[in-house]
Amino acid sequence: MLELSILWPSIANGLATGAIYALVALGLTLIYGVLHIINFAHGAALMVALYGVQLLFTRFGVDPYAAIVVLVPAMFGFGYVLQRFVIARASHGKDENILLVTLGIAIVLENLALVLFTADTRTIETRWSLATIDIAGAFIAVPKAVAFVGALAAAAILLALMARTDLGRAIRALARQRHGAKLVGIDVEHVFAMSFGIGLACLGAAACFLLPAYYVNPTVGNGFVLVAFTIVVLGGMGSFAGALVGGLLIGVVESVSGLYLGESLGQIGIFVIFLLVLMFRPTGLFGSKA
Amino acid sequence: MSSALRVAAPIAAFAALFALAPLAVASDAWLNFIVLALFGALMAQSWNVLAGFGGQFSFGHAVFFGTGAYAMAVLQVRFGVNAWVALPVALASGAAVGVFIGALTFRYGLRGSYFALATLAFAEIFRILANTFQFTGAGAGLQIPLTKSPATLQFDARAGYLYVALAFVVAGLAVAGWLKHSRFGAWLQAVRDNEEAAQALGVDVYRIKLGAIAISGATMAAAGAFYVQYLHYIDPALAYGPHYSVEALVGALVGGVGTVWGPVVGAFALHLLSDLTRNAFGDVPGVNLMIYGALLVLIVMFAPRGLAGLLAALAARLRGSK
Amino acid sequence: MTNHRNRYPARRKFLKQSAALSAGAATLAAPAVVLGQRPAAIKVGVLHPVTGALAVSGVPCREGALMAIEDINAAGGIKSMGGARLEAVLGDAQSQPQVGASEVEKMNEAGVAAIVGAYASSICLATTQAAARHGIAHIVDVGVADQIVERGLKNTFRFGPGYRTVTQVAMHNLHVLNTLAGKPAKTAMIVHEESLFGTGTANLLAKELPTYGFEVKEIVKHANPTRDFNNIVLRIKAVNPDIVIPANYYNEYALLVRTMRQQKVAPMAIYSVLGGAASNYRFVKEFPDAANGIIDVNHWFNPRDKRVPALRKRVESKGGFFVYEFFMNYTAMWLLADALERAKSAKREDIIAALESSTFANHIMPYGPTKFVNGQNQGARPLMTQVLRSDIKVIVPQEFREADPVFPWKA
Repeated sequence: MLELSILWPSIANGLATGAIYALVALGLTLIYGVLHIINFAHGAALMVALYGVQLLFTRFGVDPYAAIVVLVPAMFGFGYVLQRFVIARASHGKDENILLVTLGIAIVLENLALVLFTADTRTIETRWSLATIDIAGAFIAVPKAVAFVGALAAAAILLALMARTDLGRAIRALARQRHGAKLVGIDVEHVFAMSFGIGLACLGAAACFLLPAYYVNPTVGNGFVLVAFTIVVLGGMGSFAGALVGGLLIGVVESVSGLYLGESLGQIGIFVIFLLVLMFRPTGLFGSKA
Repeated sequence: MSSALRVAAPIAAFAALFALAPLAVASDAWLNFIVLALFGALMAQSWNVLAGFGGQFSFGHAVFFGTGAYAMAVLQVRFGVNAWVALPVALASGAAVGVFIGALTFRYGLRGSYFALATLAFAEIFRILANTFQFTGAGAGLQIPLTKSPATLQFDARAGYLYVALAFVVAGLAVAGWLKHSRFGAWLQAVRDNEEAAQALGVDVYRIKLGAIAISGATMAAAGAFYVQYLHYIDPALAYGPHYSVEALVGALVGGVGTVWGPVVGAFALHLLSDLTRNAFGDVPGVNLMIYGALLVLIVMFAPRGLAGLLAALAARLRGSK
Repeated sequence: MTNHRNRYPARRKFLKQSAALSAGAATLAAPAVVLGQRPAAIKVGVLHPVTGALAVSGVPCREGALMAIEDINAAGGIKSMGGARLEAVLGDAQSQPQVGASEVEKMNEAGVAAIVGAYASSICLATTQAAARHGIAHIVDVGVADQIVERGLKNTFRFGPGYRTVTQVAMHNLHVLNTLAGKPAKTAMIVHEESLFGTGTANLLAKELPTYGFEVKEIVKHANPTRDFNNIVLRIKAVNPDIVIPANYYNEYALLVRTMRQQKVAPMAIYSVLGGAASNYRFVKEFPDAANGIIDVNHWFNPRDKRVPALRKRVESKGGFFVYEFFMNYTAMWLLADALERAKSAKREDIIAALESSTFANHIMPYGPTKFVNGQNQGARPLMTQVLRSDIKVIVPQEFREADPVFPWKA
């Protein structure tokens, strides 16, 4: 039952949704690639950023896209402090402890939001929230089309950051050779914290693009964590290009399998792809580490 | 042989202590607490077999929990099988799913975070499948009839459930003790510590890992089966959702991975913490869980080798200072 | 956005107030031993998922129950027991059945006379069972799964309707609406969430709709949460049904309807059964354009009851919305108070007996006099509402009609 008339819109929409996933995954892949930690608090951090965008809009009338200027540095700072003074201190560097610490942080953040904002879902309505643009017959919501461009831009910026700046070089060195990096005088703690900060800064951008098309409540992050992990592995842990391509791919897979198998069963497409990639190309599409 | 006694004696003491609990504890709320803490301990033990002794961290342990739960429920509801007969089938299903997942993941060399996330993917796949088919009740889930009769593995008095849970946990302790001191366990720990070296030394890594995941799967399935008998209802989100995956791993990590008693200590401590915070701060929703999360971070900060490690260190210091 | 912070201080104050009152009352009563002692407070368990995924519903549930206790006490408490006051014992089910069951155990030890809760069907299944063990009356506030009252538990009482009743009424009303308009609608498409509530409702609808002459062109199931409804809306566009029938929770419902509006998909009617946001004042306030015209068959209060406007105003002044979670619990607590009045005792078995024979009619719901058969209130029924001019009005049945239905809907 291939309705061609809705196959293209489905793909186009999948790409747009995938762009948001990619933005979320970009931060996660950096954090995993450098610090080798599975950040259980990633979803909660996204939630924090979303509340940030929502508050800026409702209290100060700041347009969500303008809010990027505020949110990206704010989330960066939050991430830096979190890694340097909480995660690093508490986990003593052991992987399994990091898991628990990020889990504890996630629980604290989620319930702090519950206490401060209650469980009510909050949305924002801007002039162009309901507008769509016509792309060859597919009506894509404007916020999503903007998110698509934003994701490309973010990936490009991150790649440039990694390749051109001293910080980027330090991060890459640290990711590859932790002990060697220390020996050449890289301040490991600082660079780790910077990486974590950049990872969360990506979420700040993601939130600005996501909220106009979605909503926020204390548990909103949970719906993205699994998909984000899938994309990170699919794209290759530590690869930005991988996160971008992986995100777009997963968005399309989700959309098209939803079309063929129904929305509920269609979710299975994501995980089957995930397992297949893991089995036959474990380093991911763009992964470099064996 | 004396090492076997050294392992068995505390387990026997533990069993005796909790077997007497229903006589000593009049409060139904406390008995319920013990039952749920034992249930948590069982799950943590299961996770510990694969992760602590085998070195394979799993993020989707609920895949085994749900399998055991659904096996129990489906056999009773759709086929009219007696619960006592369904129980070993549920355990076997858990082991079978373990072997299935292990065969796929270990054959393709998945390790570390890749393996962990793969188990998560499996849990999600099973959840979606359970949600799709009428056989498992789809979204509505399955409810087993309330009989309150030991003939169908249900009990009117809480003590009955306590003994069943206790039996499982004691078995889990025995398995852990066996893993710590047996040849199979030694091979498994060798694989955990350095898989390549173990392979070079002639250990059949693949089969050892399969054995570990089968045991782990069976014990987690036991927890799932117990849940169904205790609460009489299961649905895809409860069975395969992240909740029990997280409970299993947190209990083991907090208690101390790779130890015999860690999971039990961890599970009890966490349940106590959860109960206390809920009682003390239950008025404003969320405050108690914030405190729970913060305490979790603090526990890791001050007991990096888990609570069992902390207790062992304290014991060593006491012995040293004597 | 309204400030929700002032909701809590009111409640904490209430609890502190009631503690102060009872303390004060105790000291007053002490020297008044000649005049007769103040009766002991009657403890009532208030058990809801106020944290976790269901918190958004659990919190207004709790608030409804607490406001009722406040009102009952202010009106003189349980007069047949010397003005004994109700005292809430709060429980948090943390959105999980086993936690709910554990809270019941604690409430048992705290000496509660009865329990009101626990909102979600899966949690209610566990809590009613746990309460039955101790012979505690458990009034189910919402929990629409029919299994809850079909297990032969003597302690379980559900005041509101289950989804079988709701669906049957919904089908009948749709038929009435369609017939009156000249039968313009012939096809329907169901969009439901994948768990107990959505699946059960969808199954019943799929069975009943054809008997009324409707063709069910497609049934779409989706996950909780669903991040994007574009695909589903594309399908709706392709299938082009006359009526779209959603059965899901607030967030998904809102996203679906917004997406439909965005993609300019406008069927003859969006007709919900137990719609998550369809008869929710919050949704109407936040998305008046998307909400306009939506029909819902859901839990609703008696619009002719004179007490409702004042009650609604009190809730809204605290920053809340007058949602079904709130007034279902509010009424459930009054049902309990009535039972206590007739039982003249706080003993658990007496309360169960009083509930069994309850004829409670002085409530704000459109159920008429209460009558429990196997724990289900026979008079329980949903009402059909439509969002008209940014307000929610009852359109069917005639006896409660506040506005004429607009069917089919012209955007």
